[in-house]
Amino acid sequence: MESCNCIEPQWPPDDLLMKYQYISDFFIALAYFSIPLELIYFVKKSAVFPYRWVLVQFGAFIVLCGATHLINLWTFTVHSRTVASVMTTAKVLTAAVSCITALMLVHIIPDLLSVKTRELFLKNKAAELDREMGLIRTQEETGRHVRMLTHEIRSTLDRHTILKTTLVELGRTLALEECALWMPTRTGLELQLSYTLRQQNPVGYTVPIHHPVINQVFSSNRAVKISPNCPVARLRPARKYMPGEVVAVRVPLLHLSNFHINDWPELSTKRYALMVLMLPSDSARQWHVHELELVEVVADQVAVALSHAAILEESMRARDLLMEQNVALDLARREAETAIRARNDFLAVMNHEMRTPMHAIIALSSLLQETELTPEQRLMVETILKSSNLLATLINDVLDLSRLEDGSLQLDLGTFNLYAVFREVLNLIKPIASVKKLHVSLNLAPDLPEYAVGDEKRLMQTILNIVGNAVKFSKEGSISIRAFVAKLDTLRDSKAPEFLPVLSDNHFYLRVQVKDSGSGINPLDIPKLFTKFAQNQSTGTRNSGGSGLGLAICKRFVNLMEGHIWIESEGLGKGCTAILIVKLGIPERVNESKLPYMPKMPANHGQTAFPGLKVLVMDENGVSRMVTKGLLLHLGCNVTMVGSSDECLRLVSHEHKVVFMDICVPGIDSYGITIRIHEKFTKRHERPLLVALTGNTDKVTKENCMRAGMDGLILKPVSLDKMRSVLTDLLEHRVFFEAI
Amino acid sequence: MDVVNQLQRQFIDYSASLHREGFLDDQFTQLQKLQDDNSPDFVVEVASLFFEDCEKLINNMARALEQQQGVDFKQVDASVHQLKGSSSSIGAMRVKDVCIAFRSFCEAQNREGCLRCLQQVTHEYSLLKNKLQTLFRLQQQILAAGGSIPVVE
Repeated sequence: MESCNCIEPQWPPDDLLMKYQYISDFFIALAYFSIPLELIYFVKKSAVFPYRWVLVQFGAFIVLCGATHLINLWTFTVHSRTVASVMTTAKVLTAAVSCITALMLVHIIPDLLSVKTRELFLKNKAAELDREMGLIRTQEETGRHVRMLTHEIRSTLDRHTILKTTLVELGRTLALEECALWMPTRTGLELQLSYTLRQQNPVGYTVPIHHPVINQVFSSNRAVKISPNCPVARLRPARKYMPGEVVAVRVPLLHLSNFHINDWPELSTKRYALMVLMLPSDSARQWHVHELELVEVVADQVAVALSHAAILEESMRARDLLMEQNVALDLARREAETAIRARNDFLAVMNHEMRTPMHAIIALSSLLQETELTPEQRLMVETILKSSNLLATLINDVLDLSRLEDGSLQLDLGTFNLYAVFREVLNLIKPIASVKKLHVSLNLAPDLPEYAVGDEKRLMQTILNIVGNAVKFSKEGSISIRAFVAKLDTLRDSKAPEFLPVLSDNHFYLRVQVKDSGSGINPLDIPKLFTKFAQNQSTGTRNSGGSGLGLAICKRFVNLMEGHIWIESEGLGKGCTAILIVKLGIPERVNESKLPYMPKMPANHGQTAFPGLKVLVMDENGVSRMVTKGLLLHLGCNVTMVGSSDECLRLVSHEHKVVFMDICVPGIDSYGITIRIHEKFTKRHERPLLVALTGNTDKVTKENCMRAGMDGLILKPVSLDKMRSVLTDLLEHRVFFEAI
Repeated sequence: MDVVNQLQRQFIDYSASLHREGFLDDQFTQLQKLQDDNSPDFVVEVASLFFEDCEKLINNMARALEQQQGVDFKQVDASVHQLKGSSSSIGAMRVKDVCIAFRSFCEAQNREGCLRCLQQVTHEYSLLKNKLQTLFRLQQQILAAGGSIPVVE
């Protein structure tokens, strides 16, 4: 057959090829139709698919391709024009769609690819987060362990417990095989094994501190991995298998002195202990970073806990010491109080007990002096008198001083004549000075007031003491006494910082300067002068007989008078000057009436001192009656004599001003008469004064008189002057009891 | 005037000797001071009274002490007391001193001692009496000669 362009019959002779083409086309069409169906099915199923348009395009493209292949089935045989046109349309459409699809895919495929990369990225991220999560968990775990450890460590203040607990807890937390603490020895040159976890009571291994490994650990505050062969790590006997990793960390031992407020402890001068931790030998575990951090934190906590424990120990010790001291002080105070009380009691007793015999000795010695004595006897008596006077002075000084120290002494203030004080001192000192051929001069400033208010007796005592010292310590030369009113500038130059003079209108400061040309005083000894009992040995004054109290008492008197006293001397042999400043008051008006009562000798010396004074004298003894009468007559009194109590009672009247009764005569009940007279004269101004005359010098008589109601007591023998003054006093004060 | 002076000097010396020897003490001087124009014979009067008193008391004491059975020491004591008072009032020192001793013997009820004292008292009293009488005679002589009694301090 020849080929022609006409459409070939339906079943060509190449039947097999045709058949296979026919079948393939059929299946292609089928596939092409089913793929979009599947696509649609799965797209419907999936929730999110952003490229629907693409799918539609793709579906259209496939459908059209299928359609093309399907229509191709009809073109194997003769087909009509319609089929041909349909075929053409289908192909054209297919071509269009496929071109469009191809173009679209250019845009879409990169997008699709990027989805994949994003997925990969997210997966990586998730893995990373997982890792980090694991880390955080481990850290948190570590933190929990640390807190727990710290809690355990800080729950006690006992050093030993702290350390032991640390090791135990660390061992538990980190599952250690061995944990040890090496402490520095006293000398600081070695580390001694102090605590271990597994071994009880480690026997003192020591390791010298200047090992390179140890230095390395000490120089950093991190936990450092060290070799298991290092001496500090060799805690167990050598094993055959691999020992676990060892880590060492320093534990600072803080001292009290390290805690400065503004200056946190420097690392240079510190003592460290070494903590060594060993992992189990055959576990192949490694030290993780978080475990190292845990160890470091624990080491710091331990350091702090230890220092707290040390501080506590210290403060407990200090407190115990303080309590002991308190007890001792209390005891001492009580002893001192007892001693003071004992001394006061003693003084109170001795005051009276010592003075009474002294008084007796002095009085009787002076009486003895008045009697007839041979020269040797007179000498002896004078010596006795002088010695007892000295002794009396000493007793008085001691008692005065103790009263001064107690602060119980008070000044007897009164108005007195200042000039008279100085004259008196001069008079008293002149005899001694003239014996020693010393010339004494007194210079009173013209502006010195004549009268002043102060304690006259003590001022005189003080001035006398100073002048006496001047005389005592001068062998030759002169003594000059100057007194003047101190001005403010001269007041300030005194060497006492605590002496603050205050000038006021009604006071003035008296300044007395006593200069002598005697043996002088070493300036170094001057402060000791005013301390009691401190004698100056060097100047050979041992014979001077001073008790060492005089200046001390003077100083106290001067202090009471709000003044100051000091001594200046240029040295031995150059004499010295004693300067005294005291505060005295200015009397408001120098009123005659305010002056102390000077007992004036009565102008009428004799007869009419008591003109016409009616007195009654009762005395059984004729002679003494007569004598008393004579006395009273001489004084101008009108005397009535009676010899018995009845007569007395009979004759006594309100005209009699005084009744003198001799009461030591037995047979006359003087007390009875007194009472009867009291009864007789109820009004006091009418009753005569009742005075007892007695030779009895004992207190009992005096007390009896007072109790009976007598107004007075006189001791016989009565001299004329005595009677005169007694009557004066009696009539003025209406009472007179002679001191017995 | 020489006579007066001489007498006065004698008087002074005698007075002084009496004082020195302890017959008289200061009290007597006081008595002499009391003598004035109002009572010119004061001292003599007092002395006379004293002598009377003394004799009476001494007799009392002698009688009391002579009692063989039961000496009344109380009475003797009372007398001695009186004598002591008188002698001290006039200034008879030695008599007074003996009286003091006498009293202690009385308290001790020592008869021998008392007798001894009594003897002593009597002796002293006589002495004193003589001395005073001499003194008073001198005084009178001075006054008669127209002088005045010098005051002995």
